[in-house]
Amino acid sequence: MTDTGQDTRASDQPAERVPFMQRLLDNPFLLLFLGVAVPAVLYLMWGIMEVAQIPIAP
Amino acid sequence: MASIADTGTLPRAAEFRTCPDTGLKIDLAAEKLIRWNAVVAVVFLAIGGFFGLLVALTRWPAVHLLPAEWFYLALTAHGADVLLFWVIFFEIAILYFASAVLLNSRLAAPRIAWLGFWLMLAGALLANVAVLQGESSVMFTSYVPMQAAPHFYLGLILFAVGALVAVAVFFGTLVIAKDEGTYEGSVPLVTFGAIAAAVIAVFTITSGAIILIPTFFWSVGIISHIDPVMYKVVWWGMGHSSQQINVSAHVAVWYAIAAMVLGAKPLSEKVSRFAFLMYILFLQIAAAHHLLVEPGISSEWKIFNTSYALYLAVLGSLIHGLSVPGAIEAAQRRRGFTKGVFEWLRKAPWGNPAFSGMFLSLVMFGFLGGISGVVLGSEQINLILHNTMYVPGHFHGTVVAGTTLAFMAITYLVVPLIFRREIMFKKVAQWQPYVFGLGVAGISLFMMGAGTLGVSRRHWDITFSDAPVAFDYPGTAFLMMGLNGVFGVLAALGGLMYIVVVVWSVFFGERRTEEKARSEPLLPQDGAAAVATYGSEGTLKLPGTITLVAVFFVAFVLYYFVNWKFLSEVWPLS
Ligand code: HEM
Ligand SMILES: [Cu+2]
Repeated sequence: MTDTGQDTRASDQPAERVPFMQRLLDNPFLLLFLGVAVPAVLYLMWGIMEVAQIPIAP
Repeated sequence: MASIADTGTLPRAAEFRTCPDTGLKIDLAAEKLIRWNAVVAVVFLAIGGFFGLLVALTRWPAVHLLPAEWFYLALTAHGADVLLFWVIFFEIAILYFASAVLLNSRLAAPRIAWLGFWLMLAGALLANVAVLQGESSVMFTSYVPMQAAPHFYLGLILFAVGALVAVAVFFGTLVIAKDEGTYEGSVPLVTFGAIAAAVIAVFTITSGAIILIPTFFWSVGIISHIDPVMYKVVWWGMGHSSQQINVSAHVAVWYAIAAMVLGAKPLSEKVSRFAFLMYILFLQIAAAHHLLVEPGISSEWKIFNTSYALYLAVLGSLIHGLSVPGAIEAAQRRRGFTKGVFEWLRKAPWGNPAFSGMFLSLVMFGFLGGISGVVLGSEQINLILHNTMYVPGHFHGTVVAGTTLAFMAITYLVVPLIFRREIMFKKVAQWQPYVFGLGVAGISLFMMGAGTLGVSRRHWDITFSDAPVAFDYPGTAFLMMGLNGVFGVLAALGGLMYIVVVVWSVFFGERRTEEKARSEPLLPQDGAAAVATYGSEGTLKLPGTITLVAVFFVAFVLYYFVNWKFLSEVWPLS
C-alpha cells in the first residue's frame, strides 16, 4: 500500500478538485510571488514614483 | 531516485537520528546548523543587551552614564546587535527547524547553508567593528546624509546576503520534503508560519539591497548623492518588513510552544493560515507608517498603505491573538481543567519557562506592542508621537516583549531537544521569563509615558543644559525616564539570567540521554503530533479566551480614543 511511495492519494477515488484557497496556501512559491509583488507595487514603486515627482528646488 | 538538491556531484546521503523525545527524524546537518545559528544569536543578544543597558542608564537623568559620542555609538551597537543579529540568527535556526525537523526531511544543500552562516557572521562582525571604531554612529536607521564608514554598510550587505542564502535553503528544503514525501497533505501550521516569515524576508532583503548597495558606493565616493526621502522610502521597505519577519516567526513560535507543551492544536487550521496570508499580503506595506509626517509624499499613498490595507494585517494579528490562547484553553479543557471560566489558565504550567515566556510574550505583544502600534500608525495621532520616546516604547513592546521573549521561551525546548542537554539552574530558568517580562513591560510603558509627554527619542540630554534656547520638560517626564532606567536594569538582569542558563546548559549541562527522555518526558504524548502535523481543534467553546479578548478590545478602544483626545488638545480648532 505504501511502498510505491510516489502518490500518497489513493487512486481508486475520483480525483477531487482541491479548493482554490488550499492550492494557494499549499504553494510556497505562489505565496512568495504574491508576498513580494504586492508590497513591491503598492509600497515601493508607488512610493518611489511619488518621491521622483517632487520638483527640484530652483 | 532523482533528487534535486545538488550540493556537489551526488545527492547527499543525509544522516539522521531519531529524537527520543518526539520520534521525529532529525537530519544531523540541520541539527548542527540550528545549534550554531542559535548559539551565535545568543552571543549577539548578550553584546546588544549590554549596550541597551548602557543606553538606558544614560537616559536615566540622575545617572546620565555615557558622554554624548559614546551614547550614540552604544545606541547604534544596541540596535544592530539585538534587532538584526540576535533576532535574525535565531530566525534562521527557526527556519531550519520548521523545515527539516518538523517535516522529517533532510536539509537542502547544507554546505550552502554553511556559506550563508559564515557570510552572516562575517557581516555582523564587520559591522560591529565599524561601529566600535566610532565613525559609524548612524543609529539603526542610518539615514543619509549621515555617513558611516564603508565597512559598516558592507557588513550589513554581507549579513543580508547570508540571510538570503539561508532563506533559499529553507525553500529548497520545502521542495525536497514534498518530492520525497516526508509528510502528508499540507505542511504543519508552524512550518506555514515560517513560510510567511521567509516570504517577507525575501522582500525585506531585496529592499535592503536596493538601498544599501548604492549607499555603500556613496560612502566610498563612487556615487555623489543619495536623496534622503528616497532613502527613507526604500530603507523602510527593509526596516519595517524585517519586523514583520519577527512577528510571523514569533507567532509560529507561540503555536509551536502551545503544541509542544500542551498538545494544543490550532482552533482552525484554515483560519490561522488565512491570518498568515494576511501578513504575507498586507503587513509589509504598512512600512509607510514610518513616513507619515514626511513632506512630499501624498496622503493617498500614506493612508492606503497604513490604513485600508494595514487593518487587514491587524485582522491577522487579532486572529492569532484569539487562536493561540483559544488553542491553549481547548487543550487544557480536553485535559479536564473545565471548572469555571479560568481554571484552564490558573492550572497552566506556569513553572515551565517555555510556557510562561510564551504566554507573557503573547499578552504583552498584544497589550503593549499591538495597541500602541495601531495608535502610532494612525496618520493624525502620529503627529504628536512621531520621533518621541513613544516609538521605542512601542517597539520594545513588539520586538522585545513579543519576539525576544518568545525566542527565549522556545530556547527552553530547543536546548533539551536539539542540543540534547538538560536545562541547568532550573530555578533561575523558572524565574527568568518573569524578571525579563516585568523589566520589559516597565521600559515599554515608561518610554511610552515619556513620549506622551513629548520627550524625544535618541536624545542625549533632555535638560538642554548647553542649548541657546532653554526648554523644560515637566517633572513627570524626568520621573518616567528614571523609572525606565530602573526597569532597564531589571530587564538586563532577566537577560543575563537567560544567557547564564543557556550558555551553562549548552556547554556544561547534563546530557539528555534516552533513559532520561523516557523517565522524564519533555512533551505530553500528543505534543509531537500537535506540532508536526496538520489538524484543528475545531471548537469555539472558549469562555476564558472570549473574556480575555473582550478585555483587550475595551482597552484598545479606550486607549485609542484617549490619544485622539490628546491630539485635540495640542491642536485646538474650535
Ligand atoms: C536589556 C534590555 C533592553 C534595554 C534596557 C533597552 C533599552 C533601550 C533604550 C533606553 C533605547 C534608547 C531609546 C532612545 O534613546 O531613543 C533603546 C533603543 C532601541 N532598542 Fe532597546 N533595550 C533592550 C533590549 C532590546 C532588544 C532585545 C531589542 C531588539 C530585539 C531592542 C531594540 C532596540 C532598538 C532597535 C532601538 C533603537 C535604536 C535607535 O534608535 O537607533 N532593545 N533600547
Ligand atoms: Cu514599522
